[in-house]
Amino acid sequence: MAAVKPRVKVPKSASAGEVITIKTLISHPMESGQRKDNDGNAIPRQIINKFTCEFNGQTVFTCDIDPAVSANPYLEFTAKVNEAGTFKFTWVDDDGSVYTDEKEIALK
Amino acid sequence: MLAGSAGTAAFAGGPVDEDLVIDGEVEIITRAPAPEGHPLDEVLSGWLFREPETRALEADTFANPAMLGVDAGADIWNTVEGTEGKSCATCHGDAAESMKGVGAHFPKWDADSGKPINIELQINKCRTEQMGAEAYPFDKGGQKELTTYIKHQSLGEPVSIDLAEGDMQSWWDKGKELYYTRFGQLNLSCSNCHEDYNGSYIRADHLSQGQANGFPTYRLKNAGLVSIHNRFRGCIRDTRAEFPAAFSDDLMALEVYVTWRGTGLSVETPAVRQ
Repeated sequence: MAAVKPRVKVPKSASAGEVITIKTLISHPMESGQRKDNDGNAIPRQIINKFTCEFNGQTVFTCDIDPAVSANPYLEFTAKVNEAGTFKFTWVDDDGSVYTDEKEIALK
Repeated sequence: MLAGSAGTAAFAGGPVDEDLVIDGEVEIITRAPAPEGHPLDEVLSGWLFREPETRALEADTFANPAMLGVDAGADIWNTVEGTEGKSCATCHGDAAESMKGVGAHFPKWDADSGKPINIELQINKCRTEQMGAEAYPFDKGGQKELTTYIKHQSLGEPVSIDLAEGDMQSWWDKGKELYYTRFGQLNLSCSNCHEDYNGSYIRADHLSQGQANGFPTYRLKNAGLVSIHNRFRGCIRDTRAEFPAAFSDDLMALEVYVTWRGTGLSVETPAVRQ
């Protein structure tokens, strides 16, 4: 599997109380387990099954992902920012690998 | 000012009148005065002929699906391969520095082979001669991703190739002859669509000038990167002709000529097209 790489877009700063849009992308084949290879054998399932976003230790957004989501899952969501801090993003793979990224945001 | 050049059929929709600035930072030249000897007055990027949603994808590196290919290319750049234990980075260091501006000036003349050389072939030359690694087969093994990564380091830089080097001028002449040659059962030349009818529609496809500045490009049709030789072969196949091999003399000559036809446009690699 090619290197799994997360990418995150968070505004650099926001006013207190502002609702911002966060965009996340992770390069991952999201093998559903339904495909077969050239010999007719099923290609085993391997997907990102959970995504979590935390801000200053508090959970902002989390979701469980199922095999219907296709490769390189793109997740976009909003968050209300009341203070400056750090967003932490976590993706969990079926094989137990955990991928993370962080972005800081300042208050205007 | 409407569709720009005096010599094209601009009435059937034509290019849009908009600017492309990637991430609000990198200005892309999408309209430029044509070089001396060019049949058109203005050269136009294919970006101007695409739907608003497609254009928006290229303007945002987060949304551009091909940026994942650029990331993959960056990984390849740093991966050691071959008997000599080298990666691209071993000799070329940080691509953002060493490859800046490079992609805008290929194809170049290669004295060793006595032919023009493009980025794909230059990569293979480095792999076989410097790294002790195998050449990439056409469009495979990471060739597209690595070519995209290298060309992406020239994003925004105007395209210009040196026709005075070696024998480039005679390859340009050959490329020009091919550009105006009708091929296939449908008896179409490159110029029929891209010079005579850019701005018009062929079935549902909005014809551009067929420029090379965005290659390898992300085509929504393929949901993946498409190299320029793949596109040359595809176009000729679509005239229902036998299509030449990738990197054949004919297609190298065509690449020299078609690249010249886009002189002055910015490198957009990886562009997003239909």
